[in-house]
Amino acid sequence: MPAGTLYRGREGMWSWVAHRVTGVLIFFFLFVHVLDTALVRVSPEAYDRVVATYKTPVVAVLEYGLVAAILFHALNGLRVIAVDFWAKGARYQKQMLWSVVGLWVLLMIGAIYPVLGHAARVVFGS
Amino acid sequence: MSTTETTASGIGPVEGAPGYSVENPAPVIEAPRKRTKKTPKSTRGNFEMYGWLFMRLSGVVLVVLVLGHLLIQLVLDGGVSKVGFAFVAGRWASPWWQVWDLLMLWLAMLHGCNGLRTVINDYAERANTRLWLKALLYTATVWTILLGTLVIFTFDPNIR
Repeated sequence: MPAGTLYRGREGMWSWVAHRVTGVLIFFFLFVHVLDTALVRVSPEAYDRVVATYKTPVVAVLEYGLVAAILFHALNGLRVIAVDFWAKGARYQKQMLWSVVGLWVLLMIGAIYPVLGHAARVVFGS
Repeated sequence: MSTTETTASGIGPVEGAPGYSVENPAPVIEAPRKRTKKTPKSTRGNFEMYGWLFMRLSGVVLVVLVLGHLLIQLVLDGGVSKVGFAFVAGRWASPWWQVWDLLMLWLAMLHGCNGLRTVINDYAERANTRLWLKALLYTATVWTILLGTLVIFTFDPNIR
């Protein structure tokens, strides 16, 4: 592999990669989510049956991943807006990225109990 | 014209070049990319600029709409365990949440569609591949937006 294939690297590129990957993942979930919600037009039973899968422990872990993707995309998106519209945005892009990561970690710790608590009670018993 | 003539600017003669002065001004050269009356009208328009702006504007709104949605669906009142037909019926009884969900649906789908359009343009190298992937993307987007909109507007809590 020739040298210099990796474009720049560091915070700027990796945040861009993460923004892309999370964005695509969220968009694909969105299709599924509109379809499952559309089942309310079929029957209450059909909808409740599909939503029951959202309450299983395995899908709860996927939901936690979805929350992780959405939170990163949201916070980093605000950073991108700051880089584009704030006069000093480009100068502080690294500091803003580490603020995004720090806030993301805090929110993800906060989301453990609300998102995974239900699954933990199913697996370990309440 | 003598090449030994000195100019007012104090710049000496340069090999055969005429010395310019107030009386003998240099010809004005137009900037290479300057837009003039003769420049043909751009046929491209500002679509990409509006797309760029839309991503930022819809993004700010979506941060509020989606994080609020996650808070209601996954965190408050027992998290996901309370979600069911009855819960949806209760929320869509209010026009506030109908508008919230409708706006979220349209903005998120268009935001995601434009994002994926960029991804396709970046990675699909053959023109035909780009064409078909984008045709698939736009079809899926339009259908999903229409389906979601139809569901919100025609929701019937007494379906059974």
